[in-house]
Amino acid sequence: MAKVYEVVKVFGTVGSPFAKRVQIALELKGVQYTFFEEDLRNKSELLLKYNPIHKKVPVLVHNEKALVESLVILEYIDEVWGSDQPILPQQPYHKALARFWSKFIDDKYMPAITKAAFSANKEEREKGSEETVEALEHLENELKDKFFGGESIGVVDIAAGHIAFWLPAIEEAVGLKLLTSDKFPKLHKWGHEYTNHPAVKKNLPQRERLVAFFKARYASIITASK
Amino acid sequence: MEDEIVLLDFWPSLFGARVRIALAEKGIKYDSKEEDLRSKSPLLLQMNPIYKQIPVLIHNGKPICDSLIVVQYIEDVWNDRNPLLPSAPYHRAQARFWADYVEKKIFELWSKVWTSKREEQEVAEKEFIEALKLLEDQLGDKTYFGGDNLGFVDIALVPYYGWFKAYETFGNLNIESECPKFNAWVKRCLQKESVSKSLPNQHKIYEFSVELRKKLGIESVGI
Repeated sequence: MAKVYEVVKVFGTVGSPFAKRVQIALELKGVQYTFFEEDLRNKSELLLKYNPIHKKVPVLVHNEKALVESLVILEYIDEVWGSDQPILPQQPYHKALARFWSKFIDDKYMPAITKAAFSANKEEREKGSEETVEALEHLENELKDKFFGGESIGVVDIAAGHIAFWLPAIEEAVGLKLLTSDKFPKLHKWGHEYTNHPAVKKNLPQRERLVAFFKARYASIITASK
Repeated sequence: MEDEIVLLDFWPSLFGARVRIALAEKGIKYDSKEEDLRSKSPLLLQMNPIYKQIPVLIHNGKPICDSLIVVQYIEDVWNDRNPLLPSAPYHRAQARFWADYVEKKIFELWSKVWTSKREEQEVAEKEFIEALKLLEDQLGDKTYFGGDNLGFVDIALVPYYGWFKAYETFGNLNIESECPKFNAWVKRCLQKESVSKSLPNQHKIYEFSVELRKKLGIESVGI
């Protein structure tokens, strides 16, 4: 449980999957925090002060010390508010695997889905779809239990959150069908389990708003490319 | 039972060098297997099926991939000597942040410099130097990024040096004059045996760079 004198702030946007990672982790640890919603087209002075290098969300500010980059923040949260609900495995080899798959999600899956949905060029979008499916296949193969973390959710589940909630919203918004239940039965089931986990359910954006946001983004890209 | 440690490596690779330095810092004995990246071994494809890349550390038959993940693994397993990361969570997070900055930003800017055509070279070089200056600020007055001892960020960054130096003949970069603090830090790192023995010979890197640029069809200024 968080001690009363600790001051924790999170800077993010309501729809950001990366900010949600941080919020879900804090939720799991029972840490209370204040959420500062940012308008990324008009970044606050505080955000620029806490993250001068990348100027992005999320930022975790713990007793006035700023931390950025969601995966770095997750490890920090685990180390500071440890024990009860570990986010990373203790055993070095399993820890290395957890880091590997979290990074895979950021390095391979995220760019692929962005390409698949929001590239201006049709061929690029098709290539993105192929790459997304390939990434999902690797993750489908890797999933062996209820969660990537085993019986309880871990860092890979938290990192993969986009697949459980944002991906279906993107699919609906732009007309893609990538995460099908016949091709990805384990991931499909995982998505359902993950989004229904109490710590996650509390921290998901409104689906309709997310779909509308993605629809608008897609429309502006298609218009611009004409 | 003795540990069986194998490193799948490629001599010019700066990513491989990171792992070599970490293993040397911890005084770990291991077998090195040189890979031919144009003809990858079945072992490499089996041990790193996702990326099919080196370095891969195989510890008692179990593979660990991605150079910075391997370095952290080495730190986690051999945690009884020469710590590569600070003990306080906030400082650990800072070290991870800066290693990530090297991994993403330096890699991105360096790739631009390395592959830039003549017209783009000046802009790419300028952005790259700015990033190095940011790292210089981060270093401050410390001996190493890790403080008094070599740490995670030092290990992530120093293997790039050979490539930066080799590029100086192709472009208009002069690291020594533009980033003297960075240069001084490199020299201090090179005085450590774990670093000097892990980095390839400077001339060999240069020759390899020339060959690579020819293969990639990148025109070279000044040769």
